[in-house]
Amino acid sequence: MADTTPAPKPRGRLAHWWDGDFAYQFRRSPVAMISFTVVMLMVLAAIFAPLIAPYDPFDPASLNLMNGFSSPMEPNAFTGETFWLGTDDQGRDVFSTILYGLRISLFVGAAAVGFAMVLGITLGLVAAYVGGWVETIIMRIADVQLTFPAILVAMLIFGVAKGITPVEYRDQMAIWVLIVAIGLSDWVQFARVVRGATLVEKNKEYVQAARLIGRGSGAIMLRHILPNVLSPVLVIATISLALAIIAEATLSFLGVGAPPTQPSLGTLIRIGQGFLFSGEWWILLFPACTLLALALAVNLLGDWLRDALNPKLR
Amino acid sequence: MSEAVLSIRNLTVEIPTRGGILRPVDQINYDINRGEILGIVGESGAGKSMAGNAVIGLLNRPAKITGGEIWLNGTRIDQLEGEDMRRLRGKHIGMVFQDPLTSLNPLLRIGDQLTETMLEHLDISRDEARKRAAAALDEVGIPAAAQRLDSYPHEFSGGMRQRVVIALALCAEPSLVIADEPTTALDVSVQAQIIALLKRLCRDRGTAVMLITHDMGVIAETADRVAVMYAGRLAELGNVRDVVTHPEHPYTDGLMGSTPLASKGLKRLRQIPGSMPRLTAMPEGCAFHPRCEFAQDICRAEPRPKLNGGRSACHFPIQQPAEETA
Repeated sequence: MADTTPAPKPRGRLAHWWDGDFAYQFRRSPVAMISFTVVMLMVLAAIFAPLIAPYDPFDPASLNLMNGFSSPMEPNAFTGETFWLGTDDQGRDVFSTILYGLRISLFVGAAAVGFAMVLGITLGLVAAYVGGWVETIIMRIADVQLTFPAILVAMLIFGVAKGITPVEYRDQMAIWVLIVAIGLSDWVQFARVVRGATLVEKNKEYVQAARLIGRGSGAIMLRHILPNVLSPVLVIATISLALAIIAEATLSFLGVGAPPTQPSLGTLIRIGQGFLFSGEWWILLFPACTLLALALAVNLLGDWLRDALNPKLR
Repeated sequence: MSEAVLSIRNLTVEIPTRGGILRPVDQINYDINRGEILGIVGESGAGKSMAGNAVIGLLNRPAKITGGEIWLNGTRIDQLEGEDMRRLRGKHIGMVFQDPLTSLNPLLRIGDQLTETMLEHLDISRDEARKRAAAALDEVGIPAAAQRLDSYPHEFSGGMRQRVVIALALCAEPSLVIADEPTTALDVSVQAQIIALLKRLCRDRGTAVMLITHDMGVIAETADRVAVMYAGRLAELGNVRDVVTHPEHPYTDGLMGSTPLASKGLKRLRQIPGSMPRLTAMPEGCAFHPRCEFAQDICRAEPRPKLNGGRSACHFPIQQPAEETA
């Protein structure tokens, strides 16, 4: 028995991963591949917006009011310029505003989920590991927060924050306040899932063994428990990303989110809906379709991820 | 007593509940000497694991030690708290758990788990720890040990994982290893290998072992001395050979009678009538008397008999004809 087992062949990590079950599931699922491609294209478009966008919609000097209300793909009646997706009332190129809007939407969504994740994971982990009254307090706060719709919580936080920031900083702060507001309305899910998984993991013998060899509580939580509870977190994070993007769009649509000087997709939709019934449909439709495609793709990706990470559902 | 690695004196563990205070471990006493293997047997719920957990200080709330003393290498450890307890128990006690599937962290490489333990307690460099980890794996019989350091637990079979767990328990050079049902989750052919391995390594290093099991066969094969627990109390404590061949306590006798041993030949196995009393309904006097065929009035009336340095806690130990002359 001793010498017959061949040593495992050293292989590249990437090759190993590509051969793995996870990558195989991905390659077999057209939905996953398409939605992943859509998300990646949008992320790249958002990152490289200044390079891709044909116009800078926020440079008043480059705007020509005569270009206002150009139809998509048609030369403007006055200037003869053609805009792929048309222009809005002030002559801003809709395609360019969408690219910049996507940037803000994605950034706010990702940062809000990141914030919610850090907060939720920390609280959930500590609650489950420490137990006792610490757990009771944290989880009761979570329960109370769950009784309010997330969007109301976000509006409340946004409103309070807006009230206490000086007027001259409001527009600059708006994005950050938005991130905190959405993040604070979303941490509960992470905390609950992490707490549940931690309660299971903390009684496993490897955690007992780590306690026995004398690792501190912090080291045990970070090194032993956290990695073992992360896969459900990954699924929730993806689905939360779609929800956060939609929450941001909703807030902006209601006029309490991203200011018109830094319009997100939601702001664009709000501006666009004023022109819908006067015939300038493109100002509304294109940002709305972008938002729809983004949210749908992220959501489908999350669904697939949930199935792929949970073999029992297959 | 100077030789004893672990001394337990009148250890009592209690769990406060609505229905009163339960006493899963009730005033037990034993020593384990250097290089000695003490087997602890008993039915489920007899308090075997509870006593083991009390020693390593990992009792789950609300269970707690309410009486007695635990001495490890001359230091009293039952009252240590926080940092002192962590350092001490980690350095001096190794633990082999029942289920090798859950006693290794599934997301950490074997090598990392071994080095983590060593770096915590031995004053050595990371490279040195890795070298020692490979040596430790080699010693427990893992082939190609150096390469296997980078494997994850799922790449090992159950028996090999238990070997890794043993390496893990011994790598910080503890003076006491507590093995809580180390072979229960393994199949029979692997059980023998694991037991032999544990026995050999501990004998070589002079490590004391507390072997908790309900398998009389494993005890008979491995242990030097055996402690029989019943309802949280010690029923009998003595050399394995004596206890197995001439049990004094009627409960031990019943246990032996219900264990198939090749040496006894093909006889119908006896069984002990009834079942162990629940902790909430402990009988007066000797806890075993409702099931005991020799029970007399004194067993019901007198407070429970204690071991008091003798071999068995019984008013009427079974006299073996061969022993009477000795």
